Amino acid sequence: MSDQQVDHGKRTWLIATSCAGAVGGVATAVPFVSTFTPSERAKAAGAAVEADISGLKPGEKMTVEWRGKPVWIVRRTPEQLEALKGTDGQLADPNSDRKAYPTPEYAKNPHRSIKPEYFVGVGICSHLGCSPSDKFQAGPQPSLPDDWHGGFLCPCHGSTFDLAGRVFKNKPAPDNLEVPPHMYLSDAKILIGEDKKA
Amino acid sequence: MAAEFKEAPAGAGAGEKLLTWVDNRFPASKLYKEHLSEYYAPKNFNWWYIFGSLALVVLVIQIVTGIFLVMHYKPDATLAFASVEYIMRDVPWGWLIRYMHSTGASAFFVVVYLHMFRGLIYGSYRKPRELVWIFGCGIFLCLMAEAFMGYLLPWGQMSYWGAQVIVNLFAAVPFVGPDLALLIRGDFVVGDATLNRFFSFHVIAVPLVLLGLVVAHIIALHEVGSNNPDGVEIKGPKAPKDAKGHPLDGVPFHPYYTVHDIYALSLFLIVFTSIVFFAPELGGYFLEYNNFIPADPLKTPAHIAPVWYFTPFYSMLRATTDTMVNVLVGIIGLGALLAVIKGSFGGKAKLAVLVIAAAACFLLKIFDAKFWGVVVMGGAVVILFFLPWLDHSPVKSIRYRPDWHKYVYTVFVVFFLVLGYLGIQPPTDIGTLIAQVGTLFYFGFFLLMPWWSKLGTPKAVPDRVTFHAH
Repeated sequence: MSDQQVDHGKRTWLIATSCAGAVGGVATAVPFVSTFTPSERAKAAGAAVEADISGLKPGEKMTVEWRGKPVWIVRRTPEQLEALKGTDGQLADPNSDRKAYPTPEYAKNPHRSIKPEYFVGVGICSHLGCSPSDKFQAGPQPSLPDDWHGGFLCPCHGSTFDLAGRVFKNKPAPDNLEVPPHMYLSDAKILIGEDKKA
Repeated sequence: MAAEFKEAPAGAGAGEKLLTWVDNRFPASKLYKEHLSEYYAPKNFNWWYIFGSLALVVLVIQIVTGIFLVMHYKPDATLAFASVEYIMRDVPWGWLIRYMHSTGASAFFVVVYLHMFRGLIYGSYRKPRELVWIFGCGIFLCLMAEAFMGYLLPWGQMSYWGAQVIVNLFAAVPFVGPDLALLIRGDFVVGDATLNRFFSFHVIAVPLVLLGLVVAHIIALHEVGSNNPDGVEIKGPKAPKDAKGHPLDGVPFHPYYTVHDIYALSLFLIVFTSIVFFAPELGGYFLEYNNFIPADPLKTPAHIAPVWYFTPFYSMLRATTDTMVNVLVGIIGLGALLAVIKGSFGGKAKLAVLVIAAAACFLLKIFDAKFWGVVVMGGAVVILFFLPWLDHSPVKSIRYRPDWHKYVYTVFVVFFLVLGYLGIQPPTDIGTLIAQVGTLFYFGFFLLMPWWSKLGTPKAVPDRVTFHAH
């Protein structure tokens, strides 16, 4: 073996055919990997949903399902809205400037909503996707700071959010709760998933 | 040309003739001798050495019970939960098969953690057993994948939200994360597509890899020979051997150790069957109570925690907050400073250390703590692969290490258990602080091992294994 001369012509062909084979192998892998991506049916299931908020009393929350995710509609009391002010120093991103879950322009305000009273947000923690629990009751309680003004606590890793879905500092979650595209069809109906002017 | 044919001796029985016929075509006798009747294992094994064979038994239990569960289970988001309840209530003896499988999952981790700890204290990963250790770590990774994906299948609340959290871990990777998570889920949320692919991985793909790794683990082990509690090589060039070249300090695996292992197995099965029959949920540790509620994508259970065997790593994930990242930046800065002041290498190398440290600090601050939590959790497992090259102690076994090394190992084990406990509990400020200290110790234990393992005066290692006949 070792005393034989290298046949350069043969080696070139071996390299060329191996490369061609590798290209074929990669090309074959493409359809297999593609099957992992969402199917056409899964993509089609993302339509907008309507929510009727006429029965929602101040201080209450309702949940609607949009794209398999819980969307919360919270009707905040005047006291709760008042408590949102003056906590900017404790929040990670008080003005919703981060781009990971861009906040729509119409919700880029201190109450993060179109109408101050109603907060519409995706109830999925920006950390690892758990759904935070309601902690509307103000005051000291387990897992929460003593100056708690009401908000949400993620049961998985302890991230806390205020009643505008803004995340507190030094918690696992980096982002505020996502505000989905939404619009008012009337005073009592919200369309979640679309915000184009009709 | 085929190898030379052997003939059975004249007057041999039918059995021997058949074996000769097979041996001429397949190395049956050769394999039996190499791996059992003439595989010489050190004669000074202690009870720590039962967990390898126990792991093999548990693997068989999982495969057999798994095959039977698949006959009744439906991998469909609308049917899965009910089909598991159907197995539990309507399939004759289905509850037993299912409890064996769920208890087997936890038993697997108990046995494998003890097996790994044995390797850790006796230096069983040291040259020439690096590949034995690495294949073993690969098996551990496969087991984690099996356990995680299998846990989704009952489609209870814990299944659903556990999968949601872990899949979202991948979404924390910068740039490609969200697409990667989408690729894993196959949908915008954990759903039917996710369940089906996890089922496929759980019953086909990962078990195939796992079995391959188990074979590689055993082949590599039998190539280099087993280590022992003294860390003394029984097959080395200096080791005493008999006239046939067999090690004097070794004994054929079969029948000596097979009998030992069967005895250990009977003790193991007493515990295993007690749990299966009398406490299959084991107080919520083996089967979490929230998993008896069907998956609800709109409501996360008030307290979610992974099953106990993942909690040490889960604690490390939770411990990585912004404060922790700042501490890490401080530690890297301090380490770089120490390297520059005390390091015995040239100016260029010192500059390189500074540049790398600065780059690491920059990256730590630029990406979210969430991403680093994922890195810490993954790193805690991946770091095990490098253990053979981190340990620079002149002796293998803990028996001959300086006494204070035992305390280091003890603290390591205590922190691992504490991290495991904290991972089960809801997050608290003090718990997070303890988990942060534990995480730092865990990584310090491994990353500083090249230095601390060399410190102190080891005791004299005997030429032969210590063994007292009984």
